[in-house]
Amino acid sequence: MASDTVSQTASVDIATQFEMARSDYLGRKRMYIIVFWVAFVAALALAVWHSGFSILAVIDGLPRTSEFVVRMYSALTIENFYADLIDWFWNFEEWLDALFVSLLMAFLATVIGTTLGGSLSFYASRNLAKNYAVYFVTRRMLEIARTVPDIVWALIFIYPFGVGPVAGILALTIHTTGAQGKLFAEVNENIDHRPIDGIRSAGGNWFEEIRFAVMPQVMPNFISYTFWRLALNVQAATVMGFVGAGGIGYELINAVKLLYFLDAGAILLMVICTVFLIDMASEKLRHYIIGKETLIG
Amino acid sequence: MSVKLADLTPEMIARDKERFPLVFTAPLGERILRIGVPWGMIVLVIYCLDRFGFFSDKFWGSFGRMGIMFSQMFPPTGWEYMDEFTYAIGETLSMAFIGSLAGGILAIPFAFLASKNMMPFRPLQFGTRRFADILRASDYLIWGLIFVRAMGLGPIPGIMAIIVIDTGILITLYSEAIENIDRKPIDGIKASGGGRLQVMRYGVIPQVLPVLLSNALYMFESNTRAATILGIVGAGGIGFLLSDNLRAFEFSNALTIILMIIAVVYGIDYLSKRLRERFIHGDRVSQGHDRPMERIAAELRNR
Repeated sequence: MASDTVSQTASVDIATQFEMARSDYLGRKRMYIIVFWVAFVAALALAVWHSGFSILAVIDGLPRTSEFVVRMYSALTIENFYADLIDWFWNFEEWLDALFVSLLMAFLATVIGTTLGGSLSFYASRNLAKNYAVYFVTRRMLEIARTVPDIVWALIFIYPFGVGPVAGILALTIHTTGAQGKLFAEVNENIDHRPIDGIRSAGGNWFEEIRFAVMPQVMPNFISYTFWRLALNVQAATVMGFVGAGGIGYELINAVKLLYFLDAGAILLMVICTVFLIDMASEKLRHYIIGKETLIG
Repeated sequence: MSVKLADLTPEMIARDKERFPLVFTAPLGERILRIGVPWGMIVLVIYCLDRFGFFSDKFWGSFGRMGIMFSQMFPPTGWEYMDEFTYAIGETLSMAFIGSLAGGILAIPFAFLASKNMMPFRPLQFGTRRFADILRASDYLIWGLIFVRAMGLGPIPGIMAIIVIDTGILITLYSEAIENIDRKPIDGIKASGGGRLQVMRYGVIPQVLPVLLSNALYMFESNTRAATILGIVGAGGIGFLLSDNLRAFEFSNALTIILMIIAVVYGIDYLSKRLRERFIHGDRVSQGHDRPMERIAAELRNR
């Protein structure tokens, strides 16, 4: 019967349509996968060729690396342990002073950078900025401050401000401002907009909006990120000295350049221990803040 | 028995304040912290600024030199060195790519050792976590310095430095992802008689692979930034040319290099973001297309 044939043809059509669409889809997916893998292998081959990377060079170099590390730490003997320790850390006071300078640099840069970056972040958030121009300019400036590596800022500031911690502090501050600003702006963009609407409808101006609607929501995140940034800045401050911008990096790179392996080992040990401790403290404080937030929130 | 607000007398309030002081104010310790910590920080900041010479004439005089420097920076020049710069940028990208790839793969076995659910033997799990912490304790430049002293100049020590730190960070991130998986597929495989290896292959890896890839790609962005500066200690890439030009007061050349660095970092950030979106949200082959299969399936359902 006519209607039977029509419905039969129609349902066969649908099934074939489905199969055709599915094989089409699988074909496209296969194409994407093939293209991706070809591009990936090509990029890898190009990278290996361009950089001259070879596994042989690595295998050749690893024993030299371990030999290097061993020479840095060969000062201690079991018999004479205490005396050797004193001998190894002969310049302990000066190194401790330099390390303390690095810590102060990191602290200063984190505090000032977070204050600046935090304040600017309200202008750099899509939902809080007064108009698009303010948002765009502030956001781009923060991104540039963040994208230029902190060492590069230090190199830039060494010419005007001379060798010493000032260049390093300015560099870290600007980089921190950019990094915190962008991070905080992203946090600001993800908040609940209802308190903001509430303040606005109760007649508050922009500052009151920020103070009473936004800040209570974002403060735990801000503080948590600040502790993390403090730990990162301590690490960064230790290497600022590599280019002469103050702190213990200067002692470390001098010891390595003059081939004073034992000194380098001692300083490196001090740096690693400090960074370790600051990392653990930062993590504990962050989990405390997050814990408080989940208890309240 | 309810008390109306109008009925409250000052004597009642004073009596309650005496009996339950903590309801009205914070405990003494917290109050000290609340006042002391911000003021302490302000005092410390001012002390630091003074100690480092931010209030001295030398500091304020330096802004003149900074003005000179910025005026010499613009416009960016150095186009005659462009092939050198491009070669160095290529080296930087190669370093970041190989380092991230190797680190991303190397971290996987260690991450299984470092997860509480995959490695019930606590000392080994704890030890691997601490090992990863030690790898990340030093900055890229410090590892770069060590490897340059051991292996000579060039991009290979830079790649090694990136691998070391990348592995350290990824072991931590990977193991957190492995600890956060759903137990149900694992129980299902065990119930159907699967051994340890099958549990890993069919239960853990499918759940965890998108997160691993996303983390590895995020580290690729971070490693690119690090690769740009590793050249400062001689470990390859554009860092050496940059520090060279800055030390020689070639500020306009340096600006060109900085602009190239910014462009490269932005580019890699964008690439990494797009790839991560694709991995986390499944494949988007049919996004924006007609989605014929969904349409046909819906039609079949409605018949």
